[in-house]
Amino acid sequence: MITIQNTSKKYGTVKAVDDVSIQVHEGELFGLLGPDGAGKTTLLRMVNSLILPDAGNIQLWGLDPVADYRQVRQIIGYMPGKFSLYTDLTIEENLNFFATVFGTTIAENYHLIKDIYQQIEPFKHRPAGKLSGGMKQKLALSCALIHKPKLLVLDEPTTGVDAVSRQEFWEMLQALKTKGITIIVSTPYMDEARLCDRVALMQDGQIHACDTPANVVAGFGKTILGVKMTNVYKGLTDLRVWKHTDNVYPCGEYLHFIATDSHVDVASVTQYLVSLGHQNIDIVNVNPDIEDCFIELTRTH
Amino acid sequence: MRTILFLLQKEFLQIFRNKVMLRLMFVLPVVQLIVLVNAANMDMKNIRITIVDADKSSMSQRLIQDLDASPFFEVGVLVPTKADAIDLIKRNKTDVVLYIPYMLQHDSQLSHKPSVQIIADAVDATRAQLAYGYLSGIVRRLSLQWQVADVTMLQLSKIQVVSSFWFNPELNFKYYMLPGILVILVTIIGLFLSSMNLVREKEVGTAEQMNVTPVKKYQFIIGKLVPFLVIGIIELALGLIIGHLLYNIPFDGSIAVLFSFTTLYLLAILGLGLLLSSRSETQQQVMLLSYFFLLIFVMMSGVFTAVENMPLWAQKLNYLNPLYYFMNVIRGVLLKGSGFMDLWPEFVSISAYAIGSLSLAIWSYRKTS
Repeated sequence: MITIQNTSKKYGTVKAVDDVSIQVHEGELFGLLGPDGAGKTTLLRMVNSLILPDAGNIQLWGLDPVADYRQVRQIIGYMPGKFSLYTDLTIEENLNFFATVFGTTIAENYHLIKDIYQQIEPFKHRPAGKLSGGMKQKLALSCALIHKPKLLVLDEPTTGVDAVSRQEFWEMLQALKTKGITIIVSTPYMDEARLCDRVALMQDGQIHACDTPANVVAGFGKTILGVKMTNVYKGLTDLRVWKHTDNVYPCGEYLHFIATDSHVDVASVTQYLVSLGHQNIDIVNVNPDIEDCFIELTRTH
Repeated sequence: MRTILFLLQKEFLQIFRNKVMLRLMFVLPVVQLIVLVNAANMDMKNIRITIVDADKSSMSQRLIQDLDASPFFEVGVLVPTKADAIDLIKRNKTDVVLYIPYMLQHDSQLSHKPSVQIIADAVDATRAQLAYGYLSGIVRRLSLQWQVADVTMLQLSKIQVVSSFWFNPELNFKYYMLPGILVILVTIIGLFLSSMNLVREKEVGTAEQMNVTPVKKYQFIIGKLVPFLVIGIIELALGLIIGHLLYNIPFDGSIAVLFSFTTLYLLAILGLGLLLSSRSETQQQVMLLSYFFLLIFVMMSGVFTAVENMPLWAQKLNYLNPLYYFMNVIRGVLLKGSGFMDLWPEFVSISAYAIGSLSLAIWSYRKTS
């Protein structure tokens, strides 16, 4: 179990991580969601002992990444956002090297990486620098797992990866979870939230919500109307200035509209838009998803 | 210990895989030793001399013959006037002009003070000075002989200077240059390769990946130092073999003294490389930084110019220059046969340097992560 308590980190005057407290349960797939610059990487780097927090306390199964960094490094596997293996060594040499520096062998923990490694094994004599993006990712994951870590820390593993590979990657994570490995993964993609057991929404160094994806959505508590018309851009600007508008933003083909009070319904929105000369108006009820929650939470905080 | 071995294994694997670098490591010393030792030659041979003989006596003929016979001078056409000769200097057709005035022989026989004029092109000051030295030597010798031949002058007191050149009796400039080039070579390998290699790990991100492994900082650093220490020593051995085969360079001292000093020297240089790399984020930065230090160290070390000729502050500054010590040691061991007892001050200094630079580097690495 991982406990992060009131942890902060400043770079100059910028609060990269601002008084963050979260808990990650044993065997959980935990998602850290937030846009670029939210402080996700900084938080993860404090968890895996790469940087020192300015304040607060982090415990990984009772180990402190500051005081007990030796033991912490033994139990975590870290896959940074940027590919950082030896490009001039082959797949096999990289894996073998990371196994040996952790005092283990490929054979010993082969069962853990088998499903992933088998996909790249035919190319094991190829230098890591000459691999495709997806293969690099699989190799990096194999290297992070080779010492059988209790905690796997993944920093934006799916950024810049195509949709199919992303899907595949999440399936790999689900499979790893069944092997009892606790996983913390950061991502800027809101749609990946539903694949996590629990998520934390982070922005400007702060955590705005931390719960299961379903509970986060359930806590939204407002009605969203999906609005569509011929001239969507004019519709957006018109709705933004309407006195009954709480928030409106584009989301897919519809504009998501949130009213200031519950009296505003489909009819009154239609009436307002018609009065401004809009045509082909289509209004539907929308179930909020994580992205709506995120926009709402970051706006109100 | 096991971890260090694995790190070394990985490091050598990477070095042997980098074919371009590997070839360079062997081609570099061969080419440098062949090209630089021959090119950076300060032996004065074939100084072009133009003679204006206004005397046309047997004495002036004798002087011209002597010059012609000397290996240092290449006697060009005789020109009738001094103005013609000076014109040749201006057009860069000759290096030095010897003007033999009318009545030279006559004057010397009458024990007037006879004189000749030497005009040298001093754009290259060293060359001009050497030409002047050689030339006045020949003239002096001639005048002595002439006086001996002339019985009436026999009574004049004559002090003859007898000189002998020790440790490099043939005044072979290559013997002086080759150890210097070797020092530069070992330094380039030690400083550039190590610092670039470390910054590369930072740049690529593997340094961070290593940081989350249980590998300890000192293990990581030893893993980086040892390969370049080994390569530096191999380079020196290779250079000495080339020096022996191509130039028959003497090796009067003990191999053990030279190689033990080189080991200490490489530790000092590697420590410096490590320090520079801990202060740099990109290979470009560390390259420029290493180059800055290398250039100052090389020019100050006395490869090309004698340290004794430098101003006092520069000589003092050289106490901070590891190349200065190495230059003294390698020349001492190879040419003079200096042993440990002669060189212990250098040993003490370089050990202090190594301890200083390494501990500073390790401290600096600790701080940055």
